[in-house]
Amino acid sequence: MDELFELKIITPERVFYEGKVSYTSFTTMEGEVGIYAGHEPMTMLLYPGVLSIHEESGVKKAALHAGFVEVTPESVNVLAQIAEWPEEIDRNRAEEARIRAERALREDGSTLREEMALRKAIARIEAAK
Amino acid sequence: MASMRDLKRRRESIESTEQITKAMKLVATVKLQKARVRAEQTKPYTQRMYRTVSAILLGSRNISHRFLKASGDGKAGILLITGNRGLAGGYNQNVIRMLTGCGIPKEKMRVYTIGRKGRDYLKSHDYELGEDYSEVINEPLYKDAIQLSEVLLSAYESEEISSIHVIFTDFKNTVVHTPRMIQLLPVTEVEGMEEIPDDMPMNFEPDDESVLDEIIPQYMASVIFGALLQSAASENGARMSAMDAATDNAEEMIDELSLQYNRARQGAITQELTEIIAGSQAVS
Repeated sequence: MDELFELKIITPERVFYEGKVSYTSFTTMEGEVGIYAGHEPMTMLLYPGVLSIHEESGVKKAALHAGFVEVTPESVNVLAQIAEWPEEIDRNRAEEARIRAERALREDGSTLREEMALRKAIARIEAAK
Repeated sequence: MASMRDLKRRRESIESTEQITKAMKLVATVKLQKARVRAEQTKPYTQRMYRTVSAILLGSRNISHRFLKASGDGKAGILLITGNRGLAGGYNQNVIRMLTGCGIPKEKMRVYTIGRKGRDYLKSHDYELGEDYSEVINEPLYKDAIQLSEVLLSAYESEEISSIHVIFTDFKNTVVHTPRMIQLLPVTEVEGMEEIPDDMPMNFEPDDESVLDEIIPQYMASVIFGALLQSAASENGARMSAMDAATDNAEEMIDELSLQYNRARQGAITQELTEIIAGSQAVS
């Protein structure tokens, strides 16, 4: 069994997740990052993407958008602006948002806002799978 | 002894005061419930944000960044959160006392005010005032907090002010609210954390600059937002208990005056009767 560490995910509205986990992965500005216990201290900026939480009893998934992560050897603190469990995600809406964002990107080129919207939509769809 | 008419008039005037305080209490109660839910929901986030980021910043004192450099010995920028209205017990006064008693001399302060009560006081005492955002406290929004943090950060960056503090009222429960002052930048200590590892190497990804650029405004905004919500809940809590006490006092006075009035009335009747009896005895 892998060593466990403390994972805390907090959003402005609620404490999203709190517990002992063996591994977690999420998307940062640099790409996907996976963390095991004893990681070097690090602060990273989040990008919209899928968060996976490996507990002793199984794996949980969630969509995570914007915010930052503080990693220390014993704990990981995620201060997210938005976080959603798969059951809270409306897949149809996310699908629509994806189509809309893709169309907007095709029509008037890549703007940061639309790109983020597309990433968020994809993150939601992936998490809800 | 006051005449019957005077007693009656006083009682009526207190009765109408009681009606007002009772109505104000009800309004404050409703507002408190709303403000309290919001304050309690955001508290874990803002508290965590405060602790995490200030610990990070404290650990990375040596990084040179536009928001972290010690900027001379200019003025202290203070964000003072009071209410727009009075009749809230000691609420506004307690916050102002926190400012005047914080040890920073008046000449070394520039105060950004939220809440007319605080602004009026400081104006009449010749404090240097920054912008005013009094309308914000009625219904604090995250957007407002972002705007406030931008104003403060740009003043900090241009060295108009050399530190950023916020004074607000912490909402513990309906009756306990304590004024608090915290220093946001530069970070010198972290409240609620006894010892900080003096050597905490922190790596930033992608790099120091872009991470700090992103998290410092977020940190400022969420701490300010939390402070606004705490203060709004405290103000309504303070007003509710003040008005509750006022209503109780009014009731007590009304009881007292009713008693006096009835006594005076009974006295007058007795006297009249005695006079009639005495008169009829004299005739017969």
